[in-house]
Amino acid sequence: MDTLLQQIFNGLTLGSIYALVALGYTMVYGILGLINFAHGEVVMVGALVAVAAMKALLALGLPAPLVFLLALLIAALVCMALGFTIERVAYRPLRKAPRLAPLITAIGVSIVLQQLAMLFWGRSYHAVPALLPAESYEILGAQITELQVIIIVVAAATMGGLMLLVNRSRLGRAMRATAENPAIAGLMGVDANRIIAFTFILGSALAALAGVLVSANYGIAHYNMGFILGLKAFTAAVLGGIGNLGGAMVGGILLGLIEALGAGYIGELTGGVLGSHYQDVFAFFVLIVVLVFRPSGLMGEKVAERA
Amino acid sequence: MSGTPSRQRAWFGSALIALALAVAPFVVGASFGNAWVRVLDFAALYIILALGLNIVVGFAGLLDLGYIAFYAVGAYLYALLASPHFGLHWPAWAILPLGAVVAGFFGVVLGAPTLRLRGDYLAIVTLGFGEIIRIFINNLNAPINITNGPKGISRIDAISVAGRPLSQSFEIAGFTFSGLYLYYYLFVILALGIVFVSIRLQDSRIGRAWVAIREDEVAAKACGIDTRNIKLLAFAMGASFGGVAGGLFAGFQEFVSPESFGLMESIMVLCMVVLGGMGHIPGVILGGLILAVLPEAFRYGAVPVQQALFGKVLMDPENLRMLMFGLALILVMLYRPAGLWPEPRRRREMSEAKA
Repeated sequence: MDTLLQQIFNGLTLGSIYALVALGYTMVYGILGLINFAHGEVVMVGALVAVAAMKALLALGLPAPLVFLLALLIAALVCMALGFTIERVAYRPLRKAPRLAPLITAIGVSIVLQQLAMLFWGRSYHAVPALLPAESYEILGAQITELQVIIIVVAAATMGGLMLLVNRSRLGRAMRATAENPAIAGLMGVDANRIIAFTFILGSALAALAGVLVSANYGIAHYNMGFILGLKAFTAAVLGGIGNLGGAMVGGILLGLIEALGAGYIGELTGGVLGSHYQDVFAFFVLIVVLVFRPSGLMGEKVAERA
Repeated sequence: MSGTPSRQRAWFGSALIALALAVAPFVVGASFGNAWVRVLDFAALYIILALGLNIVVGFAGLLDLGYIAFYAVGAYLYALLASPHFGLHWPAWAILPLGAVVAGFFGVVLGAPTLRLRGDYLAIVTLGFGEIIRIFINNLNAPINITNGPKGISRIDAISVAGRPLSQSFEIAGFTFSGLYLYYYLFVILALGIVFVSIRLQDSRIGRAWVAIREDEVAAKACGIDTRNIKLLAFAMGASFGGVAGGLFAGFQEFVSPESFGLMESIMVLCMVVLGGMGHIPGVILGGLILAVLPEAFRYGAVPVQQALFGKVLMDPENLRMLMFGLALILVMLYRPAGLWPEPRRRREMSEAKA
């Protein structure tokens, strides 16, 4: 029982981070039909910038919560600028090119960001200053830390805010219109280029938040942390039905839970034959199964072959 | 009337290419040393891989991001059947065709459920499959040691021709040459074979069905093409080429480990196809050659060039090599989105789209 509850807490923590990153993928895909492969690296840049900012601000002697918020703000600003630049340089000129072309530039951007990060921050793992309270409580035999609670609450609040923005505001309506049909949206006076740029900026801000949270959760940041996280988050987005915001959140949380529960129980289920190092297999296995039986994802609408 | 001189010219051209291919390793080996002959061997191997992926991505238009998994299957099959690990020593000529069949079978198993998905989903599923294969190879050393885990399998038998391992060095006119030269000829001959198969496929009924599916699947279906089976065929065929290349890799290296089969390798092969010019066989060969040779040039050239320019080494060559690779991908796609040497038909489509 306590293992179950423990893994559910861990899964929720991990899942809310996946969900934040998955939102960035799904928003871009919804509007451009493009897999933004570089998104995972934006998460990594967010985490490393935040760590650098935390160290600099702590040296000034500011109080911990303020340092955390300022570092988050700096990371978000850097990532927003980065997301804007990536769209402008690597995707916008290729909007009418064959579908594979922007995918290749995305891979190129991803490699360049990783290498630049390695130049700036080196190959070593960076310890994240422990600014958030990490006291743990025992609930029904499971340990949950304050940090985990903070991660879940912050992620949930952010996603709520995003839903409000997209569903209620004028800007959100323009985003939805552009996703539906860019040409018609243009006729109605929506500047598609601005909306696309805004989508990238918004997604990158979420990525920065996710980067800060995930590095706080594990206590380390590394130039190589973005790729596999991005891959999992994209899987989560596809799982939920890509292009669908609610789907990305559900997919993220589900993927986190599946991974945590899978890693916790696989040893017992297979009599010790397979161990928890198969954790990464679950994500992809579940993805393949879902896509085979429900090709448009859990919450996706049915899309024709040539949408 | 104009046929005879142009045919003569074609023969002359082919003879020149054959001569160039035959002397290339000796010229390269004499001027830059054996390390570069090794680079040539790898270039030929990568061209085989890229031509295999070209069938899937270039001809049929199916985006496969886990292609290296089939390469891994072929390599590990060879490693298990011809090494002291299980005490088996099958001849390479039995294993390589078997590798093609097994990898092709994996291709069908993966393709059958996923090929009805749209392109991007296919991309992510193949990517996931590639990772699954790698994770399994990495962890299948317990409870029964099948793959020897992250340590990999070493002391694999070299590929033998007529009872003589290719890895042995040989002598011509008093000079000793390493086995790298023999491997070069083996790989080039196989690559030429695959070029031949690709060209024949491209002009066949199946090849035209692939192009039709790539251009418009719904229309292709309406024309009576069994799209599912034809796509499956592309997938299986690409996979079996990958399997053969994997077997060659294992026999050539005499060592395999999970590290060689990461996602980055899949991306590298995909980049060869896309950078060169999808669906265009000479373009793909060019792409494979460039991406196999240029990064190596950086590896060897980066340090001395930096010394000469700045008087010290500013960037670690591996770092610089990858940075340049990333930048090159972006720049080539921005300025030549159809690839460096695109298929003439593609180029026309692109210029029409712009007009």
